[in-house]
Amino acid sequence: MKRPRVSISAVIWLLLGAGYFLIPLFATLVFSLKSNQTGKCCTSANYSFVIHSGDFWHSLKISFLLAIETIVISLIIFVPTIYWVHLKLPRLRPVIAFLALIPFVVPPIVMVVGLLQVFKGTPSWFYAEPWGFLAGAYVILAFPYMFFSLDAGFRSIDVHTLTEASQSLGASWSTTLLKVILPNIRAAALAASFLTLAIVMGEFTIANLAAFHTFPIYIQLVNETQGFPAAALTLVSFGITWAAMLSLLVVGRQRGARGAMIAGAR
Amino acid sequence: MPFFAYTIAFLFLPAGSILLGAFEGKESGWTVANVQLLFHHPYIDAYKTSIEISLVTALAGGIAGLFIAYAALRDGTPRWVRSAFTTFAGVAANFGGIPLAFAFIATIGPLGIVTVFFRNHGYDLSAHGITPFSKLGVELAYLYFQLPLMILVISPAIDGLRREWREAASNLGAKQWQFWRYVGLPVLMPSILGAMILLFGNAFAAYATAYSLTSGTVNIVPILIGAYYSGNVLDNPHLAQAMAFGMFIVLAATMVIYIPLQRRAARWSK
Repeated sequence: MKRPRVSISAVIWLLLGAGYFLIPLFATLVFSLKSNQTGKCCTSANYSFVIHSGDFWHSLKISFLLAIETIVISLIIFVPTIYWVHLKLPRLRPVIAFLALIPFVVPPIVMVVGLLQVFKGTPSWFYAEPWGFLAGAYVILAFPYMFFSLDAGFRSIDVHTLTEASQSLGASWSTTLLKVILPNIRAAALAASFLTLAIVMGEFTIANLAAFHTFPIYIQLVNETQGFPAAALTLVSFGITWAAMLSLLVVGRQRGARGAMIAGAR
Repeated sequence: MPFFAYTIAFLFLPAGSILLGAFEGKESGWTVANVQLLFHHPYIDAYKTSIEISLVTALAGGIAGLFIAYAALRDGTPRWVRSAFTTFAGVAANFGGIPLAFAFIATIGPLGIVTVFFRNHGYDLSAHGITPFSKLGVELAYLYFQLPLMILVISPAIDGLRREWREAASNLGAKQWQFWRYVGLPVLMPSILGAMILLFGNAFAAYATAYSLTSGTVNIVPILIGAYYSGNVLDNPHLAQAMAFGMFIVLAATMVIYIPLQRRAARWSK
């Protein structure tokens, strides 16, 4: 059979799509190179403003540590649970899958209303600290992505055989989980972690309503006050999303890491 | 198990508090006044605007996304174009919120490069409503994550259109449009509608992008809820809970439509 040609309509649609994706990024790049005083091109002043801003590093650090904390808590909670469900309670799987859909369907703006109400009276070391309240909320945000990724990971391995083999060699439950199961679902866990990283680094709604100073809040603050440095920040933020998603794609090629890819802070 | 303790604390308790709070009076006692209030100005307008923006971006993003996805996946398109588009869609679908809002200000804002370009050619975009601060501007910005989401969600269905079907159709003498009219579209339709419902929910839930673009002036439900917490109108917290409850009802309704469509779509993906 003759190799089909590229059709004209396909080229037009692809060009339209590419234009729609690329023009805003290009516009941001142009803005980020303009001088804040004169509005003229080209200067790297905006980038050095960002790099030398204490608030930038401070908020970036908060968001990054928050992402790490969320990932660690999520893995500690969800890996043993999903392992146990696959091993002993397969009937419970649909229940957990349904629970995982809830944070996916219920938007953060609705979730934060409920969370603020429930935790209003709790001690300030929890309620007023990002490491407490915000991390707790983010673990729930990450739950669907963690579940669907890990669940696919567990389904691609033979949990029963691995567990029996490990235990007949005398391993304890914790040894089995850490040294046998975990290495086998590594790709799935990594994929879920990168997705969580992207979510937490970009989450604005909950942080804003609960009044925490995370990285997206800082970007919004600069947005309101200084136009051109905000462009530089926007590109930095896009770079972070890009890096997290590309890492996800790279680990996604490995076995058993096929989960949802749609997340993010709208 | 810690898992259940966690979901109770962070999932069931908040959901329950919204459910109960929506029906609680300002001082005490039970009432449907909060929920009734949702059907009055300005709340009902916010719901209308929210639903309108979500519908418009779901339809426009869905249709355009479908064509772009098909163009990228069809025979004849070079493989690298295909993988570039799917990779970029994966990233762009996750690129929302504050940075996205800024990218659109840099594009169609008062000093944006597209605005300036058109102005230099004697055409004033903002006179035609194309500013990032209007409803149209919010819709344009939402399309930036709606289009890639459509591409991501619909690609497996398009890949599932088997070449044998097309060959069988053309062997039987079907023309291009007849293939689409009687085979292609009927098979794809549940997936397309299902994907559009996902897009609807996605836009309906969005807060950060619109907040940052319009500085909170566009009248949509999430921004109204947000104003209750960040602002000075916190006289009745139960009203915010009622609004959240209303959003939940709308999204639950979309899920009721979505699930049977999903079942139908799965029929062909053997």
